[in-house]
Amino acid sequence: MNEQVGLRGRAWFKALTGSDAPNSGDPHSVLATTAAVGNEQALFLCVVPDKGSRFPCVRDGQVGLEEAFTLAAHLRAVIAEDHDKSREAKRSIIAIVDVKSQAYGRREETAGIFFAAAASADAYASARMAGHPVISLVAGQAFSGGFLTHGYQANRILAFDDAGIVIHAMHKEAAARITRRSVAELEKLGHDIAPMSYDVQDYAKLGLLFKLLHVDDPQHPTSNEVAEVREAITEAITDARKGKLDLSNRWESDTARTMRKGTLAVRAALEEQWFNG
Amino acid sequence: MSASILIPDFVNRKSFIELDARARAQSLFDEGTWKELVGPFDRIESPWLAKQGIAPQFDDGCVVIKGKIGGSPAVTIAFEGAFQGGSVGEVSGAKMTAALDLATKDSKAGKPTAAILLLETGGVRLQEANLGLAAVAEIISSVLALRQHAPVITIVAGTVGCFGGMSLVAGVSSYTIMTREARLGLNGPEVIEQESGIDEFDSSDRALIWAIHGGEQRVGMGLADLLVEDDAGKIAAAVLSCVRKGVPEKHRTEQVELYRARIAALDTSSQIDPATLRQQRANTKGGVR
Repeated sequence: MNEQVGLRGRAWFKALTGSDAPNSGDPHSVLATTAAVGNEQALFLCVVPDKGSRFPCVRDGQVGLEEAFTLAAHLRAVIAEDHDKSREAKRSIIAIVDVKSQAYGRREETAGIFFAAAASADAYASARMAGHPVISLVAGQAFSGGFLTHGYQANRILAFDDAGIVIHAMHKEAAARITRRSVAELEKLGHDIAPMSYDVQDYAKLGLLFKLLHVDDPQHPTSNEVAEVREAITEAITDARKGKLDLSNRWESDTARTMRKGTLAVRAALEEQWFNG
Repeated sequence: MSASILIPDFVNRKSFIELDARARAQSLFDEGTWKELVGPFDRIESPWLAKQGIAPQFDDGCVVIKGKIGGSPAVTIAFEGAFQGGSVGEVSGAKMTAALDLATKDSKAGKPTAAILLLETGGVRLQEANLGLAAVAEIISSVLALRQHAPVITIVAGTVGCFGGMSLVAGVSSYTIMTREARLGLNGPEVIEQESGIDEFDSSDRALIWAIHGGEQRVGMGLADLLVEDDAGKIAAAVLSCVRKGVPEKHRTEQVELYRARIAALDTSSQIDPATLRQQRANTKGGVR
């Protein structure tokens, strides 16, 4: 991790919304605003590092208690405001993801970060199930509980395709330690076993992504690149509005049919046995 | 309770914790009403473990049983803590998601089907990393879809506990049942010590661990619903009571403003004393359904 986490998230939030100031009453680690994308208004959400956070274990861009509940509060507000609107008229929600992880702290565990994370995941999923297109743009890192809290409930996931993108359950050093391997062994395994890879090109093979996007320098996007990303977001929104409200597209995609045979075998067998006998 | 009453009770009880996942799941159903689905004889195992020289298991450490509880349709999905730490892999995760989705399908068709999740798990199986993490996101989504129509009841009995991404699954459940021997949290003490240092969390401090993650504390904090003894009969009775209660009027994770305000009120200048926090929560009205 050479690049500081969260710089890309902030850069893209600013590029897409024109601002990067937190709302009054929110912790400085959460950016939330309504901005135009395509011909409509969307809610943009991003978690960024806040060196001054009163929770020490989130200062490097981790997702903690305040971040989770703040995201959930913004999402719940939009769900409530658009409650009576038709599916087509419900606002899109764009999660810009660049999170190191969940917060690994004692204060967090004591106060129940598992529940805060659940409340945020619930709010994202509830927005999706209510008919809001929820689009995640992975602009940097998307680790573990951080991603589950912020972004992984999206209908459609977009990601940049460079080496700075890491989507994973645990960072390399810790995963190596826990699975009793060296980092070199872990990297080698990743070449053969796609779900273990830290390379976004391998992640794309799992069938979970809507699209990979290329930007030359994601921390300093050009205006053309911003326009292209906007277009990809608009395309994802359109696709989400046509699709189902659940996550079935993730295992029904063409890529998933090759890579997630186990998932599909389980679903078929369970369905068959559930209704027979 | 005096010791003379407590001790025979303790000796005569049928421990739930001592049962494996399959026996735990079976013990919750009305006699003669249940059957296991996609069991070990179907041999759907992890496609990823053998490639890494790790022996897979024919049920991938996840048991799905469908039947009746108190006469109502129900499905129990149980993770086996003794296989790979109860970790969520592609297959075990897909079993849970698929069973939840089928319960939702039946519930929407006018046959409300409760789901009981027995979670003894450290979270994502790192040997299947990204498919495990994706599975957790899918399980959360499927719990949220089902709980609109039928209750989703999580049991964390111990002794593995429920950690990592699966703690979010407990978080979004309609009801969570725990024993004193169970722990529930996002990050285990060892992980916190590794990531943030021993000053943040000393993972050898057993008393601290139980004070923070233990069942008594979680129920006392209002982050889980029922504290039950390690007794198969009492746990089955608690499950039945939750099945009968049905879908709660409002789920805990929907009450964002209430819980956000509680976090805002925390003094974070030093570590938070778990007992004091529990006392404060106990004195606050609301939050618990």
